[in-house]
Amino acid sequence: MDAAAKPEFIIECTNVSKWFGDFQVLKDINLKVRMGEVIVILGPSGSGKSTLIRSINRLEEHQTGRIVVDGIELTHDLKNIHEVRKEIGMVFQQFNLFPHLTCMRNITLAPMQVRKLKKEEAEETAMQLLERVGIPEQADKYPLQLSGGQQQRVAIARALAMSPKIMLFDEPTSALDPEMIKEVLDVMLDLARSEMTLLVVTHEMGFAREVADRLVFMDAGEIVEIGDSQGFFDNPTAERTKLFLEQIL
Amino acid sequence: MRMTPAPQELAPPILRRSWPAQVRTLFFRNWSDTLITLASVTFIVLLLQPALRWILITARWEVLGANLAILLRGRYEAEAAWRIWVCLGLIAVSAAMAAGTWSGKFTKGFGAILILPLVLILIPVFNAPIRLGLLALSALMGLGFVLGAYGPQTHMGNVTVALLTLIIPLSLVLLYGFAQEGPMQVTPPRIWGGLLLSLILALTGIVFSYPLGVLLALGRRSKLPVVRILSVAYIEFVRGVPLIALLFMAVVMLELFVPNRFPTIEGIVRVAVALTLFSAAYMAENVRAGLATIPAGQVEATWALGLNGIQTMVFVVLPQALKAIIPVTVNQFISLFKDTTLVALVGMLDLVGMGRAVLGNPAWLGTHKEIYFFIGVLFWLLNYSMSYGSRKLEQRLDTGIEQSRA
Repeated sequence: MDAAAKPEFIIECTNVSKWFGDFQVLKDINLKVRMGEVIVILGPSGSGKSTLIRSINRLEEHQTGRIVVDGIELTHDLKNIHEVRKEIGMVFQQFNLFPHLTCMRNITLAPMQVRKLKKEEAEETAMQLLERVGIPEQADKYPLQLSGGQQQRVAIARALAMSPKIMLFDEPTSALDPEMIKEVLDVMLDLARSEMTLLVVTHEMGFAREVADRLVFMDAGEIVEIGDSQGFFDNPTAERTKLFLEQIL
Repeated sequence: MRMTPAPQELAPPILRRSWPAQVRTLFFRNWSDTLITLASVTFIVLLLQPALRWILITARWEVLGANLAILLRGRYEAEAAWRIWVCLGLIAVSAAMAAGTWSGKFTKGFGAILILPLVLILIPVFNAPIRLGLLALSALMGLGFVLGAYGPQTHMGNVTVALLTLIIPLSLVLLYGFAQEGPMQVTPPRIWGGLLLSLILALTGIVFSYPLGVLLALGRRSKLPVVRILSVAYIEFVRGVPLIALLFMAVVMLELFVPNRFPTIEGIVRVAVALTLFSAAYMAENVRAGLATIPAGQVEATWALGLNGIQTMVFVVLPQALKAIIPVTVNQFISLFKDTTLVALVGMLDLVGMGRAVLGNPAWLGTHKEIYFFIGVLFWLLNYSMSYGSRKLEQRLDTGIEQSRA
């Protein structure tokens, strides 16, 4: 690989396929993401959206094809996997905060253990991040003492604490009560307007229309259509995309 | 924005009544209730009367007073008995310091633990020196707590951790001694006995079987086939064998397999190892149950942050898993403490073994009830305080999981 040349794409998925047993969840996926791009992935449940973004930080292992993140190819090499994971932050549908640690410790754990930051340094950054997501006063509480929306914002702060180049969002608002969705989307909007590269699996069409540079529609393990936000919603080309948009809008 | 005025908040209705009123409604609401209450009271009194008469009048409690020393410390020399007290004092101070350092404030739970030595003082057969010693222990615990809670914060954590790790080796050295003569003269372990032996076996068993059990449980989930198969084989073998068989193996059979030129190992070490290995197999299964309670999302979140396998275990999985199994862990410790009494059957003179030795003395024929009653009370007090302490620890470590269920 030519290491000297700065790659044009920060994420490159080439002919990626994956099976769960006999069932093929990803079928020959090709997706290239530029630095700073905001990609929203849509599709019916079971279409492989989550599996795709989970493959990008190797929470799922792809079986054929290549995935290259920031010039590092994901293989069985654990060192590469760790390098890639340091560059990628992830936010889950179920938050997955550590219930035995305070919000502060949730955020400082990885910077202190992986980046080897000093405690004071890590806490200072954590406090700034908590202010950015709007809940600095919750620093010393435990996750389960917070509302769902607050927990998800702590989870975003936790991912940001590793200063990742890429953020993956796996249905971040699907487990939230309706009145809490906005507070999380606001934080995501703020991120989308920054330099960060974002891959978001969501059902929030308003969010998708507003911030997505490109929209990816997946169905039955395939990428059916990729389009910019204008074209995608107003003139979808594929029949399946039209059907999906009719049902959802 | 509220369009309607907020409804006026009401205080919850008061359902509590004065206790005479409560007694009346619970036991004497009408004539049939009264009849049932009176009949029950009569029945209970009749049932308890022989027991009370035995405790207060017929029991020969002097057997305990006369044999107190050997029941508590076996044939450990009286001149060296102060070393036992120093060990107890060390344990009391460091445990209290741990409580002080990590809870930071005086809680009801800690108060209750502080009372344990004071409760022990109330046992009528104890003599004045023992009561003084227990009083001193109580004072030391208070001191340790204050030191932990209000001492210089930066160092207290480290000092406490150091004390806790050193406490077992330090105690054993103190008990064993290291000099030819004088106050620190060596007391060979074969003369350690009574409650002292029971406590040593229980403590070493607890301290060593816990980490061993954690390692075995992790080994059972290992991806490496050799590690996994060895762990499973160990756990299944040891769990399938009665403890008494392991003890016999350690004390009697081992001699037959080991060539003569090897130095013989003290009996106390052998039974301690057997108890530890036995308890570790059960502990391993407890830990495995704890690991199973951790959702996959916790591990995924940790990996996604870039932590490696060992960091994931140490910082995320084990703290939650070990916390989840505190009740079964204490269950295991209590059962281990009681299982130490089986060593009496392989000739060790622990509390039960010493009791049986006393009963073999013609002067004390027929005092079974007194001896076993005493043993029972001691075990119950120690086990109950362990269980009480663990419940307080659980409440202390609760981080909102219980609240969120409310």
